Amino acid sequence: MTRRTRLHLALGAALLIASAAGTGLYLRSWLAPAADGGASLGGPFTLTRADGVTVTESTYRGKWLLIYFGYTYCPDACPTALNAIAEAMEKLGPAATNVQPLFITIDPARDTPAVVGEYVKAFDPRIVGLTGTEGQIAAVATEYQVYYKRRETEGGPYLMDHTSLIYVVDPAGKLVRFFGGSSSGERIAQHLLELMSQTS
Amino acid sequence: MKHILILALALLATLPAQAQNAPSSTLSVDQVWARATPGGAKTGAVYLTVVNGTASDDKIVGASTPAAREAQLHTMIDDNGVMKMRELKSIDVKAGATVTLKPGGMHVMLLGLTKPLKPGDSFSLTLEFEKGGKKELTVAVTKAGAMGMGNMGGTGNMPGMGNMDNMPGHDMGSMGGHGMGGKQN
Repeated sequence: MTRRTRLHLALGAALLIASAAGTGLYLRSWLAPAADGGASLGGPFTLTRADGVTVTESTYRGKWLLIYFGYTYCPDACPTALNAIAEAMEKLGPAATNVQPLFITIDPARDTPAVVGEYVKAFDPRIVGLTGTEGQIAAVATEYQVYYKRRETEGGPYLMDHTSLIYVVDPAGKLVRFFGGSSSGERIAQHLLELMSQTS
Repeated sequence: MKHILILALALLATLPAQAQNAPSSTLSVDQVWARATPGGAKTGAVYLTVVNGTASDDKIVGASTPAAREAQLHTMIDDNGVMKMRELKSIDVKAGATVTLKPGGMHVMLLGLTKPLKPGDSFSLTLEFEKGGKKELTVAVTKAGAMGMGNMGGTGNMPGMGNMDNMPGHDMGSMGGHGMGGKQN
């Protein structure tokens, strides 16, 4: 089975689940392109690193990317996913040099370059934290069909509902797989190694 | 010598009585932990396990700590891969039940941390039960991404944390609606 077929099968499975659950609007729009055989999740972006340097998708061409969208006020889901990524990097051993994990904030109002940079360091210094203007974040979130929505709390800071998936982008810039945000790092590493061996 | 012997016997006599009273008929909270917060983070989460050894249903109705401006009961809802955090008014702990607040599910959310939580630190937390009253707890701070108290590496081997790994179609783990841990109560 080719990777493309597998991805499409997986997307098909998601479509079934989504329809069954009756909550498929968001997923269907995501999956619509798959029906005509040209799923194209992911794509170009322009974002800012902690040191103020602007990066684009081409900055990381040639590397495998692990991309997670989150925000620094997130007390549970984001630390869980970032820990999984950090753990995957550990388990990858020497192969980790070919992998670049990216944390992209969906809360640019609070997550300045410095804040995001400081945040990711706590998990693994190899993770690069990225932020941007509201427009830049909206654009990259659309590319990856990441849903995010600000939600006010009583008297506290606002929170964000957000898609919690870990995306795998291959060295050519193609999104090839994604994992749930609470997958284990070991499993992510295993699949990455498998993907790497298929391409080399 | 005689006195010491009597004292020793007296001490021995108290032991079985203590053992009887200890675990079975009480409401207890253990494995109380929080992740260290990354630089600049203003929020945190406390996880814990409640064992209701009493014969009556109870519920957690509130929490407070000097470490944060506010402590709220929260749960995470995984809606087709979109994580939504929602406040809970209370968390049920039925008679005889064990309820675990853990990553990806329910937690005590700390809002407005007075200072970052550092690995190895500890702080106090008061958990309030409807019937059991207030419990003064000590929260142990583990590393930032830990998945459990005794599992600093966080491999997702905690009970209930392996949901993703059990899903068929490994690319789609989250889309299958990973165990709505927070909804069990």
